[in-house]
Amino acid sequence: MINFELDQEQQLIRDTVVSFARDEIRPHAREADEKGLIPSALIQKGWELGLVQSIIPEEFGGFGNGHSAISGAVVAEELAYGDLSIAMHLLAPRLVTVPVLEFGSDALKRSVLPRFCGDRFEPASAAVMEPRMDFDALTPTTSLKRDGDDYTLNGEKCLVPLGNEARQFLVIAGLSNGTGASHPQAVLIDRETPGLTIGDRERNMGLKALATTRLVFDGCKVPREQLLGGGDGAIARLANLWRVAQSAMAVGVARAAFDYARDYAKDRRAFGQVIAQKQAIAFMLADMAMEVDAMRLLTWEAAWKLDRNEDATREAHLAKRYAAEMALKITDNALQVLGGHGYIRDHLVELFLRNARSFAMLEGFAIA
Amino acid sequence: MIDYELSPDIVATREQLHMLAEHAMRPIARDYDEREHEKPWDFINMTWQLSKNSGIGPGRENRDKTEPRPDAERNLRTCVAVEELSWGDAGLYLAMPGPGLGGAAVMAAGTPEQKERFLSRFKGEKAVWSAMAITEPGAGSDSAAIQTTAVRDGDHWVLNGTKIFCTSGLMAGDPSKSNGFIVVWATVDRSAGRAGIKSFIVNAGTPGMTIAKCEDKMGIRVSDTATLIFEDCRIPLDQILGSPEVPKTSEGFKGVMATFDATRPIVAASAIGVGRAALDFVREELKRQNIPIRYGTAVHKLTAIERDFMDMEANLQAARLLTWRAAWMMDRGQRNNLEASMAKAKAGLVVTQVTQKAVEILGPLGYSRELLLEKWMRDAKINDIFEGTQQINMMIIARRILGYSSKELS
Ligand SMILES: Cc1cc2nc3c(=O)[nH]c(=O)nc-3n(C[C@H](O)[C@H](O)[C@H](O)COP(=O)(O)OP(=O)(O)OC[C@H]3O[C@@H](n4cnc5c(N)ncnc54)[C@H](O)[C@@H]3O)c2cc1C
Ligand SMILES: Cc1cc2nc3c(=O)[nH]c(=O)nc-3n(C[C@H](O)[C@H](O)[C@H](O)COP(=O)(O)OP(=O)(O)OC[C@H]3O[C@@H](n4cnc5c(N)ncnc54)[C@H](O)[C@@H]3O)c2cc1C
Repeated sequence: MINFELDQEQQLIRDTVVSFARDEIRPHAREADEKGLIPSALIQKGWELGLVQSIIPEEFGGFGNGHSAISGAVVAEELAYGDLSIAMHLLAPRLVTVPVLEFGSDALKRSVLPRFCGDRFEPASAAVMEPRMDFDALTPTTSLKRDGDDYTLNGEKCLVPLGNEARQFLVIAGLSNGTGASHPQAVLIDRETPGLTIGDRERNMGLKALATTRLVFDGCKVPREQLLGGGDGAIARLANLWRVAQSAMAVGVARAAFDYARDYAKDRRAFGQVIAQKQAIAFMLADMAMEVDAMRLLTWEAAWKLDRNEDATREAHLAKRYAAEMALKITDNALQVLGGHGYIRDHLVELFLRNARSFAMLEGFAIA
Repeated sequence: MIDYELSPDIVATREQLHMLAEHAMRPIARDYDEREHEKPWDFINMTWQLSKNSGIGPGRENRDKTEPRPDAERNLRTCVAVEELSWGDAGLYLAMPGPGLGGAAVMAAGTPEQKERFLSRFKGEKAVWSAMAITEPGAGSDSAAIQTTAVRDGDHWVLNGTKIFCTSGLMAGDPSKSNGFIVVWATVDRSAGRAGIKSFIVNAGTPGMTIAKCEDKMGIRVSDTATLIFEDCRIPLDQILGSPEVPKTSEGFKGVMATFDATRPIVAASAIGVGRAALDFVREELKRQNIPIRYGTAVHKLTAIERDFMDMEANLQAARLLTWRAAWMMDRGQRNNLEASMAKAKAGLVVTQVTQKAVEILGPLGYSRELLLEKWMRDAKINDIFEGTQQINMMIIARRILGYSSKELS
């Protein structure tokens, strides 16, 4: 039976994250972007919200609240409303914990998950994207080859969040099956693995507060136990979870831009009136409000399907496409509402626009 | 708790109506489009019997109130039903008998006695229509500017003025067509502005009401769009909807406008039905030509057709979800003025674009009158106009999100 209302637990999570995003994250957004640095005290505070620990079962030291794509989407939207880079940083550990929870062997769960239940932020990440124009997450050129009982990993990844400090990486590589074809496979590797070189900090148009790097794998040995299970369906599901999380973050950024522009427009005067009373501005704002809701409804639909363990490829793909496009349109219009002032870095809208530009490019990069 | 699944009961309604849409509406759609002012009496009588017996159909929402167990998902069910019927044919859907907009107004603002007197007609043996006459030659979007007057004379109201673009005005107002009625907006006190606007129930065939003409239109041709002229048209005092008092505030007008919160999602749902017809058609045609839609494929590998199709599909689904949300809120008794306008604005625009794109993708097939696609494009456009144009709905959204009155933003 149709229902668009979050349950009580989800509302509770949302309320917690809402105030954290407003009171803690947002005040740091500009400076973090300028300096390319998120204060470690803020990250630690974010860790203490328990967003990572909560979904890990109690037997591994977590709170055992279980993992839901809808709750994940709610959290991602609200954090990204505060700031996209900081949101991605705080949720990066889930790039390892969620895949291991869903597709790791018991042994892998036992060795990996307890690390994420400590008192301190545990940096971890995923390496999915590759520095090529024709990159496709389902046919990565990074390769995984059988080597006796174990495997060897070769290739190059880019835009790896927290590459500078993550202690573990989930890597998506093409596993050849001997006949020349390959299928995508997720493996977990440690930072110290010989043959892994971590590149310099990347310099991007937006997401400047998020430390991302390249990773180069040169004959890295990967023990068999480090491969995730689940077959081809596993990668498809992970990709869909990531799409949903990205869409949710796009909603957060778009909503941030909308709120900012609306407040400004109600205050700024031109030609004897506040500009919000001009239809050209009012209609842009109305369109933003409508599209923010539309983005969210599509995102939650895909999340809902994932939570029912159904194939959500179509829904997730469409939601992600839609959200990426709308986030760009909305942040651009928000900047437009501020006129010349929107172009100046005193205001956050230009940051929202630069960050929103990343969504169309980010495939397989994000937070589950 | 988030749930995107329609209840089995609504799914059953949808499946029944899909049969009707596919087997009774699609086959006659082209014919009645070409023979513009002819009425599909066989279809009308058949659906009247069907909806009387099974309780399905677009009129159900107004009948339920008198039934012992009210339907907790009445508005949502109506939206799903209307989408399905409009997938069959939007013109035929609009031409179907039933309470329609006039009935909705009686439902929203009528006294219990008025509801009984006027809505009971929809339970009879013969098909009945009702209509709503607001628009005038000089007042469309600005409905508060209407000039039609209602003057009290003893125990009658006397109406004078001209109404245009009245959907089903012929079927509801001509006694040879049905024992229907028309809800007419008129002002009882021009100096009072909005507060002076009242609505009146005028029975079919009331002396002084003339049906002057029915418009020739681009689309939804089987639905009549009538011009009504009122010349000293006398109606009994008790046929005013709501109170005859002119209040000091414009609360009364707001009450009339609130009908739109219920009807805008229905118009949006109808729009989506037309859009889905076009999208389904394109999907089938692509399948026939072995052109796949590869969801989950990297963006640079998608063809232009795939991108277009995905954008159409996502936009249509976005409109549908906004519509369902507005209806769902109504079912829960929540105020949905903002959400209803979002649904209508989005759906009206999206189906206009989706159907135009579908015609483009199909090339000469899309443009040909051999197929229905070009008709759907013509039919779709009305949804961006009636029940508040695109711009008027954007204005309502803007006022709500900015906290402005109609004086502050117009
Ligand atoms: C990098 C940069 C360089 C510049 N260089 C110069 C320069 O060399 N010399 C100089 O004099 N200025 C300069 N400007 C200023 C620039 O011309 C103004 O920013 C511009 O005219 C807009 O004015 P505003 O920023 O005050 O926006 P506002 O006038 O406050 O407008 C805000 C928003 O409201 C909209 N709006 C305003 N009035 C209406 C209306 N009546 N109807 C509908 N919408 C309306 C605007 O389109 C805009 O979207 C520069 C600005 C920048 C960012
Ligand atoms: C087929 C059909 C069926 C209809 N059925 C009914 C019916 O059953 N009952 C009924 O009462 N009416 C009905 N209508 C009338 C319909 O509701 C009006 O056509 C509609 O409200 C627009 O009014 P208008 O045509 O006078 O356009 P106008 O109000 O003249 O608008 C012209 C343009 O100006 C724009 N505009 C107007 N005001 C503003 C503003 N403040 N800000 C920005 N833009 C503005 C409009 O969006 C539009 O683009 C029907 C119309 C049609 C075509």
